[in-house]
Amino acid sequence: MLAAAERRLPALTRLKQPETLPIRLHRHRIYVLPTRFGLMFSAVLLVMLMGALNYNNNPALLLTCLLGAACYQSVFQAFRCINGVQLASLQGEPCHAGEPLYVNVTFHADGRPRRSLRMRVADHETVFDIAGGDGRVRTSVPAPQRGWRRLGRIRLYSEYPFGLFQVWSWLNPEFAALVYPRLEIAAPPLPHADDAAAEVATKRSGDEFGMLRDYHPSDPRRSIAWKASARHDTLLVKEFEQRRGQDVALEWAATTGLVYEARISRLAAWIGAAEAAQLRYVLRLPDETVGPGLGPDHRHACMRALALLPGAAA
Amino acid sequence: MSKSAPVLTAPQFALTAASVFAAVLPHLARMPKMFALVILALLAWRIVQRLRGGAKIPALIKLPLVVLIPVLVIANYGNVFGREPGTALACAMLALKLVETETRRDARAAIAFASFVLMSALLFNSALVFTLMLCAALSLLLATLYELEPRPAATAALVWKKHVLDGLRTGAFALLAAVPLCLCVFVFLPRLGSPLWGAPTDDKTSRSGLGDEMDPTSLQELLIDDSAAFRVSFDGPVPERAQRYWRGPVLTRFDGKVWTRSRFLADARRGDAVESIGDVVDYEITLEPSDRRWLLALDVPLAAPENAVRGADMTLVSDKPVDQLLRYRARSTLRYRLDAQLGARERERNLTLPPGFDPRARALASQWRRDLGDDEAIARAPLELFQKDFFYTLAPPDLGRDSVDDFLFETRRGFCQHFASAYTFLMRASGIPARVVTGYQGGYFNTFGNYLVVRQSDAHAWAEIWLNGRGWVRVDPTGAVSPQRVQLGAQAAAGASAQWYHSDWLVGLRNQFDLVNRGWNSLVVQFNELRQQSLLTPFGIAKAEYYDLIGVLIGTSTILLALYSWWVLRRPREAGDALDAAYMRLCRKLARSGAARAAHEGPRTYARRVGAIADSPVPVQQLLEHYVSLRYAHALAPSAAVREFVTAVRALRLPRSFAKVNVLGQAATR
Repeated sequence: MLAAAERRLPALTRLKQPETLPIRLHRHRIYVLPTRFGLMFSAVLLVMLMGALNYNNNPALLLTCLLGAACYQSVFQAFRCINGVQLASLQGEPCHAGEPLYVNVTFHADGRPRRSLRMRVADHETVFDIAGGDGRVRTSVPAPQRGWRRLGRIRLYSEYPFGLFQVWSWLNPEFAALVYPRLEIAAPPLPHADDAAAEVATKRSGDEFGMLRDYHPSDPRRSIAWKASARHDTLLVKEFEQRRGQDVALEWAATTGLVYEARISRLAAWIGAAEAAQLRYVLRLPDETVGPGLGPDHRHACMRALALLPGAAA
Repeated sequence: MSKSAPVLTAPQFALTAASVFAAVLPHLARMPKMFALVILALLAWRIVQRLRGGAKIPALIKLPLVVLIPVLVIANYGNVFGREPGTALACAMLALKLVETETRRDARAAIAFASFVLMSALLFNSALVFTLMLCAALSLLLATLYELEPRPAATAALVWKKHVLDGLRTGAFALLAAVPLCLCVFVFLPRLGSPLWGAPTDDKTSRSGLGDEMDPTSLQELLIDDSAAFRVSFDGPVPERAQRYWRGPVLTRFDGKVWTRSRFLADARRGDAVESIGDVVDYEITLEPSDRRWLLALDVPLAAPENAVRGADMTLVSDKPVDQLLRYRARSTLRYRLDAQLGARERERNLTLPPGFDPRARALASQWRRDLGDDEAIARAPLELFQKDFFYTLAPPDLGRDSVDDFLFETRRGFCQHFASAYTFLMRASGIPARVVTGYQGGYFNTFGNYLVVRQSDAHAWAEIWLNGRGWVRVDPTGAVSPQRVQLGAQAAAGASAQWYHSDWLVGLRNQFDLVNRGWNSLVVQFNELRQQSLLTPFGIAKAEYYDLIGVLIGTSTILLALYSWWVLRRPREAGDALDAAYMRLCRKLARSGAARAAHEGPRTYARRVGAIADSPVPVQQLLEHYVSLRYAHALAPSAAVREFVTAVRALRLPRSFAKVNVLGQAATR
């Protein structure tokens, strides 16, 4: 029965079940109530009505009725504002535990522009418009723990056009962003960093990229091949030839003596250091080995492996 | 509170201020000047203060203002209750609200209050144009509410003019969309038979109209006032212009300067006062509110209308002041003999003159008495005098203490009241009973609407003298000087002294347009309990009670709201062609039977899954496969095949829950 109810009136059950994207708002899941100002205003309208009736003054009554009807019909305008809005996509920005997780939310609506929409995620409210089909919102949630961070329910609402009624709907998209482990502050230098750094210093000048590949949002800007990109439609990125030489080994075993989470943080900080120094590195965890490699993809693979070590947020 | 209360932006404050100003403006003209100035000063001060980026107004300034305002109201009006003082107080409080408006919450409260103040302006003036203007002002209020809605930070910096225009458009649209619902409520909302609370009647009046006294300047303002005084529709032919004397208050007492009414005496005699010797006219008058008690009637009325009495001087007096549009029927005779016998006291009263005033006029009168002797000849003498070298003008020179002497022998310029006053004085001085009658003369006949409109500018004063055997006789001395006054009206008679806005064609246009005002009055302003009760007569309910009306109100507004909802909820057309539409339809049918297509499933996979269900009806799978071949095997599917597919889908009947088992299975695997 609950399943049927949720299919029919998804907002009533406040959407315990996550839904797949895109989520389209329709009349079964849009709710309306007058705001506090709406109630106050209707009290004023009532007083006006009594005054006009008492003095038997028809023009005054006409004015009151006109204002009342205009206010009342604004509920339809409010509904039209939110009806048909689609939650098109969600995109988490890379983030480490303890930092706020920024999520880019894209809404989509056909036809008329939608104004003064508001989105509330975990006490964080954002106002946005949908004009020309798309509306992009950047919101943030706290991410205290590494692992998967669900966004939770989103409350999409609006008091358009006059603030007399609030229309709202709950959205619970199937979405989780990966939160990287916390970085250790002032971590010790990379193991064997000295030898490796010297080697790189000689190798650097001879860097030659072997190939171009498509740009990913996580690629550092400096690796974009601007000239080559200009000749194509898409952004291209220089992929550097794998350099020879000794790889930096980031060993789980090398961090003994620290607390479990602190070990993860130390390794995560080392990954960052290796990337900054442009050194190839390999990550050796008790159950898996990542690498060797270098670059955003490799970094992500390592961070992901660390983030999802036992004890992560579900 | 302070956390969630951001300070208003400049455009938000500007619009709020504009709304407040728009709400107060219609009241200002009516208020005492000093009070209006206080309100304007408050508004201007606050706006300038805010423009200069001023901070919040401290309570130290606000509190004394809150105390000061009611004190000012009491000083001006005597109390704070009733329409006039009440609205004055509301206006001032609204201005004060703007002074303390800092946050969105304040601004919203100010707007709600402003709409109340705006409405109350209509309690004093219900003209069509005025009502339309106030309704238009509502869109400004709504635009302000629109502006108060939060906006994304990125667009907040954009040109605010565009946003304000957006708001005005949205407000105007909301008002237009509200019209059907508004009319429905307006027509069917039961009116009150009697007011819930007493409407105090002791308000100081500010409406223009005939007063109950006449000094040398009292009619002057009236004669340039073009608002309608009353409208008349006649049952029979319309009397000639020269016969259209509308009788108002009769003034018998004179103190040398001012003519006033004597104590009101009801007409106690039985029918012998007026003897009709000519045509009898039946007509209906719609009197504009005057806040005074007399009713106008064609000279002279044969009987008093309902809720009114006829005085001994043939004045009609209503039971209560006319504070709303009043419609009454009357019957008058155009030729009559009034008061064939005059009692001694009555005669005495109409001969009395203040001692010590106007010696030269008295001397002239006694000379006439000596030289002419005959009453009728004496009555003609002043008219001949006036014809010789007197001028009709709406801007006469001032008169001194002996106003009649000054007028007769010095200035010789004036309008109806000077002539009427001087004539009556001369008659009394020569021993003929005489009195001043004020009222209206003429009126414009609107041929489209077939009715007569009489304006304040048609106000007039004439004299009545009592002649033995003929009773009271009307003498219009103004006609002797300026026959056009009687033939064409005061404005035309004034000639060169008329203003440009009284030019002929404009006056003509205004008279034609009066038809609209009359329509407004009869359709809207006068729509009352009685007319509402007869609304449902065509539907077999002779007298609609309030519960009938409420029933109809609920019914019609439900239908209207259903129409609004339909407009809002109507589904956009299904995307794609007929083939896709049929496919979507098939999917919906399957979904109803419990085998909904998952968002990620293509038609093939879906067909396979549906086919796997134990007791799946065979055509379902075939139909899905057929769709795939129609859609993907051709560049363009043959239309005959598509039509076949559409009919097949339409004809498909599925058992309600053939896929139940499958749903349970899915749930289990999840």
